[in-house]
Amino acid sequence: MSNDRATSTPFTKGLGFFVVLGIALLIILGIFVSPADVNQGESVRIMYAHVPGAWLAYLAFVMTAVSSAAYLWKRTRSLTWDRIAGASAEVGVLFMGISLVTGSLWGRLTWGTYWTWDARLTTTAFLFVTYIGYLAVRGLGGTHQQRARRSAVLALLAVLEIPLVHFSVELWNTLHQEASVAGRGTDVEMNGLMLFTLFLGVVVFTLMYIWLVLHRQRSLMLEDMLDDSGLDNALSERRAEATQVGH
Amino acid sequence: MSNAGQQRFTGTTVIGTARLIAAKDLRVELRSRVLLNQVLPFALIVMVMFAFALDSDAVLERVAPGLVWLAAMFSTLIMVSRSFAVETADGALDQLRSAGVPAMGIFIGKMMALMAQLVVLVTLLILTAVVLYRAELSWAGSVLLVTTGLTATCGLAAVGTLYGGLAAGAKGRETLLPLLLLPVVAPVLIGATRATESAFGTRGVSTGQGWPWLGLLAVFAVLFSVSGAVAFGPLLDD
Repeated sequence: MSNDRATSTPFTKGLGFFVVLGIALLIILGIFVSPADVNQGESVRIMYAHVPGAWLAYLAFVMTAVSSAAYLWKRTRSLTWDRIAGASAEVGVLFMGISLVTGSLWGRLTWGTYWTWDARLTTTAFLFVTYIGYLAVRGLGGTHQQRARRSAVLALLAVLEIPLVHFSVELWNTLHQEASVAGRGTDVEMNGLMLFTLFLGVVVFTLMYIWLVLHRQRSLMLEDMLDDSGLDNALSERRAEATQVGH
Repeated sequence: MSNAGQQRFTGTTVIGTARLIAAKDLRVELRSRVLLNQVLPFALIVMVMFAFALDSDAVLERVAPGLVWLAAMFSTLIMVSRSFAVETADGALDQLRSAGVPAMGIFIGKMMALMAQLVVLVTLLILTAVVLYRAELSWAGSVLLVTTGLTATCGLAAVGTLYGGLAAGAKGRETLLPLLLLPVVAPVLIGATRATESAFGTRGVSTGQGWPWLGLLAVFAVLFSVSGAVAFGPLLDD
């Protein structure tokens, strides 16, 4: 009884252990062991959180789109896909927010500005807002099926929207802005340890993504169950009242 | 009586439904005058407020195209809300669907009605820019401007109808719609503003430079018209 109300399994416990271990290792390597960059100095250490964070967010949004498609396709329709899509979008929004903040801090230190109207940056900001909207649509209410269908269609529309936004911002940029500071001039040669730290960050963040989504998806399932049982309880209570009055 | 009823019901085909829905929406507008008495004055006051905020004739002339389309987008939000408030107030949308009316027809009809109203709105906004912001219009520029206006409003109407339908009937849709819609219409804002700059000759941009932006607007309009027509059914079904 208590087991099917929990969100962890032996697998997620093991995974969580490795994630915590990996993050500890990433902090040690990223902050203490790896060298400062020749050009960027100490600020390069922000990259060990920024790049994996951005990667995780993009991975999460791809997963949201794939699970939404799986929900809409009749042969694989299941609310589990909907909950994976929702959990994934939540984790994605969180980490996209983190990577936007870390990115603009890094930009301030390295480029001297928090923000440039570079196509990639601007598209990322749009992606962030779009998925905040997606989460808001998930919270609109209605039945679980209504929520699932609405949000799945929206997630697929986002797949349509984002390349178009990216393309138009790029056009806007190339014609009306001087080349952005993020241009080709900043090819960094990374030393082996820095590259390894970055690679470790990507692996650890990917494992963390899986871990978070598994837990969140299960807690969303419990929320849905609570919704359903709440309705059932209310119905049976009303019935009980009715029979009492009848007597 | 029954004969007339049968004649009126041409709604089984997609095109027939679309025409009925569009005519119905425009009739509602003609009788309620919400566009005329509320949305157009709103757009006008937004244009005047821009002038207060920017406080310089030179700056206004420079940014006039962008302001026209920004005001158009804000007004679109109101019109989309209105378009679906009419449908959901009495559960009309649900009844249409349970009567077996094709969703694609509903989408195209509502989109057409919205586009017709947007064309009126954008025309007024451009005239306002000419009068208030000293934008200048040549004949070649006018051709570009009309084409831009039609393509951009088509895209706005498609995407507005699609997202309006998505949020229709949900609590708190008035606040949700801008959040959903504005990021999506960014390409229209960029494309239409650049094309309008060419048409006005802002910053010495020639008319010829505006035509390529129509490609972007056309891609947007086609993409969201098609995906809206396809996705509208699944969105409304319960």
